[in-house]
Amino acid sequence: MARVVVDVMLKPEILDPQGQAVARALPALGVSGVRDVRIGKRIEIELEGEADEAALERVRAFADQLLANPVIEDYVIHAADDSTSDGPAA
Amino acid sequence: MTARIGVVTFPGSLDDGDALRAVGLSGAEAVPLWHDDRDLHGVDAVVLPGGFSYGDYLRCGAIARFAKVMEVLVPAATDGLPVLGICNGFQVLCESHLLPGALVRNDSLHFVCRDQRLRIESTSTAWTGAYAVGEEIVVPLKNGEGGYVADERTLDALEAEGRVVARYLEVNPNGSRRDIAGISNAAGNVVGLMPHPEHAVETLTGPAGHETDGLRFFTSVLRQLVGAGA
Repeated sequence: MARVVVDVMLKPEILDPQGQAVARALPALGVSGVRDVRIGKRIEIELEGEADEAALERVRAFADQLLANPVIEDYVIHAADDSTSDGPAA
Repeated sequence: MTARIGVVTFPGSLDDGDALRAVGLSGAEAVPLWHDDRDLHGVDAVVLPGGFSYGDYLRCGAIARFAKVMEVLVPAATDGLPVLGICNGFQVLCESHLLPGALVRNDSLHFVCRDQRLRIESTSTAWTGAYAVGEEIVVPLKNGEGGYVADERTLDALEAEGRVVARYLEVNPNGSRRDIAGISNAAGNVVGLMPHPEHAVETLTGPAGHETDGLRFFTSVLRQLVGAGA
């Protein structure tokens, strides 16, 4: 089974009010030095077969039709890295 | 014989009932259309109503674009069928590439609901012929993701080609570029509008002092269709 990840981000010139709201909230936690926050989407797709270039190509074929709107968003497609941490270990 | 104007209901549409009612009040025959039906049933024009089709999942309008009814609506619109997308309908038209640009979250982050003053900028569309250029109207506006964005070149082209249909006055409620409230395609048959003219068609429920300011969007298309001998 192939797991392919599509990371979708608003283009730099598109205002991200959600990210701004988070950036403005961080000082309340005592966090300083944050210049900007931008929020995107991570889409995980499970495909039959190997996580090879052909699998990436299959996702590439529909990514900009549905997963991302190229008018306002950029996206990156890559094979899932199973060593990716899901957060701090329990 | 009067014109038949269809209103598409998607899962999550909210304003299809009001749109059907506005069509009826304008004097046309209102025809309910269904998202899962690959058939426009011979209507002369179509309204894509407001709401939250498919729960606004992924992006507003992104899933609705692939509904069966859109498979026949998109080519029909390209061939000149008058189509008005209101609010979520505007988002669906942008996602379908029938209109340029996109609609993003309000810059205020708040859902905005207010009676909004607009200036009609173009009367050469299928949906605004009964207004006057520069006329000011007030209709309800209610959106969370109504900020119209496009690149500068697209915005310049829309302005140069007279495709900005309506602009916000007094307050820009959602951060739309150049105060744009609505645009049309090059042919003028497809119009997307973020405010809701279908909520300003009756004296009982329309905005105070401007109760029926929205009705002429619907009489405009009727006039054009009947005038064309439809």
